[in-house]
Amino acid sequence: MTTRTPLRPLARILNARARGENPDAIERENLRLRHEAIRDRARGRAQLRLLFLSLCFFSAFTVIGARMGMLAATEPMEPRSASSSADITAGRAEIQDRNGHVLATNMMTHALYVQTKDLIDPAHVAHELARIFPEDMDEASLYKRFTDGRSFLWVRKVLSPEQMQQVHEIGDPGLLFGPREMRLYPNGQLAAHVLGGASFGAEGVDSAEVIGVAGIEKAMDARLRDPSQAGVPVQLSLDLTIQSAIEDVLGTGMAMMNAKGAAAVLMDVQTGEIVSLASLPAFDPNDRPNPVLPKGAEPGDSPLFNRAVQGVYELGSAFKIFAAAQAMELGLVGPETMVDANAPMVWGKFKIKEFENHNYGPLLSVSDVIAKSSNVGTAHIALMIGGERQQAFLKEMGLFDPSPVELIEAPYAKPIVPKRWPDITTITVSYGHGIAASPLSLATAYATIANGGIKVTPTLLKRTEPMEGARVMRPETAAEAVKMLRRVVTEGTASLGEVPGYNVAGKTGTAEKPNPQGGYYSDRVVNTFAAVFPADNPRYVLTVTLDEPVETTGPKPRRTAGWTAVPVAAEIIRRAAPLLGLKPQVDPVPPDGLTAVSN
Amino acid sequence: MTEMVYGSMPSRVAEPVLPRWWRTIDKWTLTAILVLFGIGLLLGLAASVPLAQRNELDPYYYVQRQAAFGGMAIFVMVAISMMSPEMVRRLGVLGFGLAFMALALLPVFGTDFGKGAVRWFSFGFASVQPSEFLKPGFIIVSAWLVAASGDLNGPPGKALSFALAVTIVLFLALQPDFGQAMLVLFGWGVIYFVAGAPMLLIGTILGLTGAGGFIAYNSSEHFARRINGFLTSEVDPRSQIGYATNAIQEGGFFGVGVGEGQVKWTLPDAHTDFIIAVAAEEYGLVLVLVILALYATITVRSLYRLTRERDPFTRLAGTGLACIFGVQAMINMGVAVRLLPAKGMTLPFVSYGGSSVIAAGITVGMLLAMTRSRPQSQMSEILARGRR
Repeated sequence: MTTRTPLRPLARILNARARGENPDAIERENLRLRHEAIRDRARGRAQLRLLFLSLCFFSAFTVIGARMGMLAATEPMEPRSASSSADITAGRAEIQDRNGHVLATNMMTHALYVQTKDLIDPAHVAHELARIFPEDMDEASLYKRFTDGRSFLWVRKVLSPEQMQQVHEIGDPGLLFGPREMRLYPNGQLAAHVLGGASFGAEGVDSAEVIGVAGIEKAMDARLRDPSQAGVPVQLSLDLTIQSAIEDVLGTGMAMMNAKGAAAVLMDVQTGEIVSLASLPAFDPNDRPNPVLPKGAEPGDSPLFNRAVQGVYELGSAFKIFAAAQAMELGLVGPETMVDANAPMVWGKFKIKEFENHNYGPLLSVSDVIAKSSNVGTAHIALMIGGERQQAFLKEMGLFDPSPVELIEAPYAKPIVPKRWPDITTITVSYGHGIAASPLSLATAYATIANGGIKVTPTLLKRTEPMEGARVMRPETAAEAVKMLRRVVTEGTASLGEVPGYNVAGKTGTAEKPNPQGGYYSDRVVNTFAAVFPADNPRYVLTVTLDEPVETTGPKPRRTAGWTAVPVAAEIIRRAAPLLGLKPQVDPVPPDGLTAVSN
Repeated sequence: MTEMVYGSMPSRVAEPVLPRWWRTIDKWTLTAILVLFGIGLLLGLAASVPLAQRNELDPYYYVQRQAAFGGMAIFVMVAISMMSPEMVRRLGVLGFGLAFMALALLPVFGTDFGKGAVRWFSFGFASVQPSEFLKPGFIIVSAWLVAASGDLNGPPGKALSFALAVTIVLFLALQPDFGQAMLVLFGWGVIYFVAGAPMLLIGTILGLTGAGGFIAYNSSEHFARRINGFLTSEVDPRSQIGYATNAIQEGGFFGVGVGEGQVKWTLPDAHTDFIIAVAAEEYGLVLVLVILALYATITVRSLYRLTRERDPFTRLAGTGLACIFGVQAMINMGVAVRLLPAKGMTLPFVSYGGSSVIAAGITVGMLLAMTRSRPQSQMSEILARGRR
């Protein structure tokens, strides 16, 4: 209404009054007309809206009719019980090695539970169950639990098909099976420490949650359980065949060297992929042992302990190459620079001695310091570098921080680094004493040298791209360092490490184990050999660590890495290198020895 | 003047009641309703036998009851349809008051028959569900209020009726009975729509609902799973819907034959909520389409007749009644074919149930009263246009 028209127009009211009529009639008439107008407008609008409503109803009824027709036209299906198995199959992604071989998969099995109110003969059931599962059930206690008033109880989490059949044959309606998807590691103990293991989380009758409890199963739990990626396996960098070969050789070597434990890490230096990671003694992830240790045992005595990642050891002379490489990188020395190696070296109240009180001095080239593993020579090199630069370099090599590898245990294995850093620490750290790191960290640092000085980040996941890391040292320095390591094998302490055709380079390390009561044991050592091969074009790094080995074939027991870890590493390389696809470099056969024949 | 003075014989100017009723009533709708009632009895012969057997009664006990209630319903329907819209309004408002009080007293005196929702008053021989009677009354009151709000100096009827709707919805949600609550809200919405809800408001509400649904679907995993579960073609064959779907498929186009159906033995609600499945199984798609056509006829024809109605109250009341009647049928059948999520809602006139059938009789009786042919003063309308 644009203009306001009065219901009582004054002119007409006055006229009506003058004529003696009732002026209210005018107002009523006006109201009536106004209402008529409103109703006409409303009706026009309502007409359209009512037609729209009719159309809506008509379409809705048509759609229902069409749907009825479609349903009626389809054949009825046999009513099948909707299986709840769809909810739990493929609940957790598979884990595969780099070639697609299965490392961890899922298997359908059943859990056994009891509805006690449906049990017909609890005594008989208890007796039969105790017969079928003699190892974990006891007739009397089962019977007690069946009859103590509870209505429901779990009997067993997983059953083998044979056991399930036997339980079926008891034939009691109170015995019920709940479908379960269980984690299966078809390779048993192989790569057990990498895989870790899984167990049941929240349990229901129809399904149970499978959760990772250790290793990569726990570290990547969210990814493995992600429903959107359930069908996509997680591919690891491990090679199952090589892992098997290495565990085999390492186990034999551990037995031969009378060691109580062993670890090996094989890493691709260009990508940082861990091709194999072994720790012995191992366990079966299908049946994880109880993690609780007997009183007085070290955590390292548990088979669950991953020596390669969790084991933080003083790694000894294997650290010397870092001092040599850093000194060369800083331009302080060259490979042939002569350094003071007169032993014993006196520093304050400390005396630095060589192994078995040798004296390699008075002067030794840097290359020979490494080859002969001279503590004194390394100490002098380290003093040239100075403590601060040494710390910065070792930190850059990743030896001060936990390894970033994808294992749940890794972040908790912090290297043990001295808090104060006086010159004596600079000296001892240079030959690997007073600092402890895991074999995996050592392998990573060696990989950085072997990779031409570009920092390597270790990974357990398959990669296709080379690692792009920061440059830690010039490629020339790295090449010289590898050359020195090669001399350790050809002329130095690791002569047993030579593998024909594969030009092994490496550095031994022998460190006495610290005694928890203080000081060091004289007869308990950790032997390490960190190898790079092939030396002329480094592709892989292998570290072998033996815990408390002793080689007893000679007249007196030998506990140096050159006698224990090195031959084991050599055997591993001999087995693994061909599997890695490396061609042996055979010296050309002199032409006069053979006559070329052709027809 | 002579007649006034001498009081001559009063002559009847208007037509007699019955012929006028017959002339002005919507005979198509009336026929459709009677046919529906017949079909309901026919299906009851099949669908209620298992219930009677379960309760150890005469096999056709429930059919007889339904016939008795249906007779009452038809009587009520015809009686109401003879009234003028004003009369319907008066009685409707009174009835609404009674039903509303009954609804409000449910928490105190009601019974839930062990079904978990307090919806009934039990009188021993019969039980009454007040919300069934509340719906037509509410429509009448709302239409009255909204129509009055259109007049100059009228009451704020739209706001008042909305407040009333919300109050009723709260009471129904208390029972809980979300199906009926939805119907009440829907009835009010339709009245408001036809009374001229601003397009901007409608657009905003539609947009907000759509956006809210979209956001809920994308952000709430639970909601998304519910929707996906509903949209998926997989249906658990052990659910009610599964049995209903199977029955429709078994029935095919011409049904498995009278009395041969199986679904009535398995579905506990075969005689009420899922009676359409019984129809589909025993008589096939043919009968289902006939039932659908009958409901469509009643709804669409009534709405179409109302487009010519000039009186706002009659138009609004008729619209609301036709729509809640049609929507109830639509929801019931939509559930059976899985177009809509499960909601317990009876098929008016066809499903078994005393309250349900009598309330349906009242609803369509009122609807018929609203859609009777009346002089719509078309000449004066044309003249009014001329005057403007």
